Amino acid sequence: MKGESVIPFRQVQEVSRGYRLRQALKRAIPHIILIGAAVIALFPIVLILINSFKERPAIFGQPFTPPTAETFSLIGYETVFSRANFGIYFLNSITVTVSALLLTLWIGSMAAYALAEYRFWGNTVLALFLSLGIMIPIRLGTVGILRLMVSLSLVNTLVALILIYIAQALPLTIFILTSFMRQVPTELKDAARIDGASEYRIYGLVLPLVRPALGAIGIFTMIPIWNDLWFPLILAPSSRTATVTLGVQQFLGQFVSDWNAVLSSLVLAMLPILIFYLFFSRQLIKSITAGAIK
Amino acid sequence: MQPTAGRKSFPTYILVFLAPAILIYTIFMVYPLVNSLRLSFFAPNAARQEIFVGLQNYVKLFTDDNFAPRFRGALVNNFVFFLVHVLVQNTIGLLLAALLTSGIKGSRFYRTVLFLPTVLSVVIIGFIWQLILNPLWGVSESILDLVGLGFLFKPWLGLPESALLTVSLISVWQWIGIPMILFYAALIGIPDELIEAARVDGATGWHVFWRVKFPLVLPTVGIVAILTFVGNFNAFDLIYTMKGANAGPEFSTDIMGTFFYRTFFGQQLQLGNPSMGATIAAMMFLIILVGVLVYIFSFQRRVTSYEL
Repeated sequence: MKGESVIPFRQVQEVSRGYRLRQALKRAIPHIILIGAAVIALFPIVLILINSFKERPAIFGQPFTPPTAETFSLIGYETVFSRANFGIYFLNSITVTVSALLLTLWIGSMAAYALAEYRFWGNTVLALFLSLGIMIPIRLGTVGILRLMVSLSLVNTLVALILIYIAQALPLTIFILTSFMRQVPTELKDAARIDGASEYRIYGLVLPLVRPALGAIGIFTMIPIWNDLWFPLILAPSSRTATVTLGVQQFLGQFVSDWNAVLSSLVLAMLPILIFYLFFSRQLIKSITAGAIK
Repeated sequence: MQPTAGRKSFPTYILVFLAPAILIYTIFMVYPLVNSLRLSFFAPNAARQEIFVGLQNYVKLFTDDNFAPRFRGALVNNFVFFLVHVLVQNTIGLLLAALLTSGIKGSRFYRTVLFLPTVLSVVIIGFIWQLILNPLWGVSESILDLVGLGFLFKPWLGLPESALLTVSLISVWQWIGIPMILFYAALIGIPDELIEAARVDGATGWHVFWRVKFPLVLPTVGIVAILTFVGNFNAFDLIYTMKGANAGPEFSTDIMGTFFYRTFFGQQLQLGNPSMGATIAAMMFLIILVGVLVYIFSFQRRVTSYEL
C-alpha cells in the first residue's frame, strides 16, 4: 500500500478475496468442461480395454474396476488367437494400406508435378477433372466397380482393394500436392535443366522438397483405408482376403455371446491404430489444421 | 522459363507423369460411376438381358410398394441423421475449439484425447457402444444410477422411437474431432490485432467471441456442414455394424447406404437387384451433388463477399 489509498485495508482484502475466488472459478470452468469431454471420449475405450483382461464374472460383477490379481484372465485373447485368423487379417490390412499409400503418393506426386510444372493443352481441364473426385464418394460407383472387378477376375483379391483405394485417394492427393509443388522455386529446376538433367531427374529433385506434404497426406489417407468396411465387404469378403476391420466384424458376429472373446478382439483391432495415433497424433492434427487454413 | 508444349508434339515425359494417375482414376472411379448411372436407366428383361427402360426404375423407386416406403423412410432417416450431426457436432465442436484456443493449459493434451475416437474404425466404435448400451451388461444403467437417473435407462438401440437418435449420437461422439479441429484451426487463424482492437474498445470475452471471432469462423460452419452432409449421405458402416443390413428395429435406422446395400445385394428371400441398386446410388449421387452445389453457390459466395 502506498499512502494514496483511501479505501480501508480490510475492505480491499475482502474485495480481492472475492475477486480471486471468482477468477479461480472462471479459470476452472473451461478445465472442468474439457476434462468432462475427455472422460466421455476415453471412457468407452478404457472400459473395453480393462474388461478384456478380466474373467467373465468380473466383467459383469465389477465392470468399472481394472483387473486385479484374482480377476485377471487372458481367456478372451486365447479364444481369439485360436479361432480367428487375426494374423492373416493384419497381414492383409498392412499389405493393402501400405501398397495403396505408397502407390498413391508416387502416382499422385508425378501427376501433381506435371500439373504444377508444365503448361500444356488441357492442363486446367485435367486438374478440374481430377479434383471432381474430392467431393464425390467412390462408394456411389459400387455397382459399376463390382462389375468391373468381376470382369477383370479381381474379386476376392487384395489387388482390387488396392486399386480402389488408390483411385479414391488420388484426387485430394493431387490437389494438395499441386499447390505444394508450385511453391518449389523455379531457379532450382532451371539450374538443373542447364546442367542437362532430364525432366524425370528434376521430378526426383523436387520430391524431397515436398516431403512434409507427402507425410501429411500419407497419414490422413492411411486411416480411412485401414478402417474401411464397405469395399472389403463387397470386393474381398473371403476369409483369405479379409482385412482387420472386416475380420473383426465377422468374428464379432459369430461370437456375440462370448464376452471375453468380443472384448479381446475389439482391443486387438484397436491396437494398431492406437499405437499409430500415439506416435503421429501431432502430425495428423497439424496436417488437418494446415489444410483447413489454406 | 517453363518448357511449353508446342503445337508439334506432346512431350512424352508429361504423358509418363500423368498417365498412371489418369488411367487409375478414370478406370476405377470415373468409369464405374458413369456406368452405375447408366445402369439406372436399364433393367433386366425376361431373358435376363439388360434393356433400356428410360426412367422406369426411378418411377418404381418413387411409386412401387416394394421400394417407395423404404426409400422415403431411408431419406427421412438420413436427414434426421444429418440434422443431429450438424446441430450437435457444430455446437459442441465450436465450444470445445473455443475453450482449446482460450490459452488454456494442457490444450494439446485435451486436443489429442478428444480427437482419438475419430481415428478408430466405425466398426469398433459400433461394437463398443453396442456393448455399453447392452442391458445385459448394464454398464450404462449403473452410470445413470450413480447420478440418480437409473430409471431413465431403456434399451435405446432396440426401440424404434430412439434407435435412430442413439445411433446418430454415437456417430457424433466419434466424429466430433473433425469439426473441433477445423474450428480450432479457424480460431487460431484469427489475427491477434483484431481481438486486441476489440478489447481496447472495451469488449468483454463474451462479446469478443460473438462479435469478432464467431463471424470469422462462419465459413468453417459451412465447410463442416458440407463435409458432414457428404459423409452422412453415404454412411453405412455404423448402422450395418450395430443394426445389420435390415437397419432395425422396423427399419427405424435405415439410411440411404443400408437401403442401397440391401437392394443391391439382396437379403434373406429377396434377390439382389443391380439396376435398382444403381438407381438408389444415382439418387444418392444427386442428393450429394445438390448439397455440394447449394454449398458452393450460397455459402461460399456469401463468405467471399463477407471477406471482401
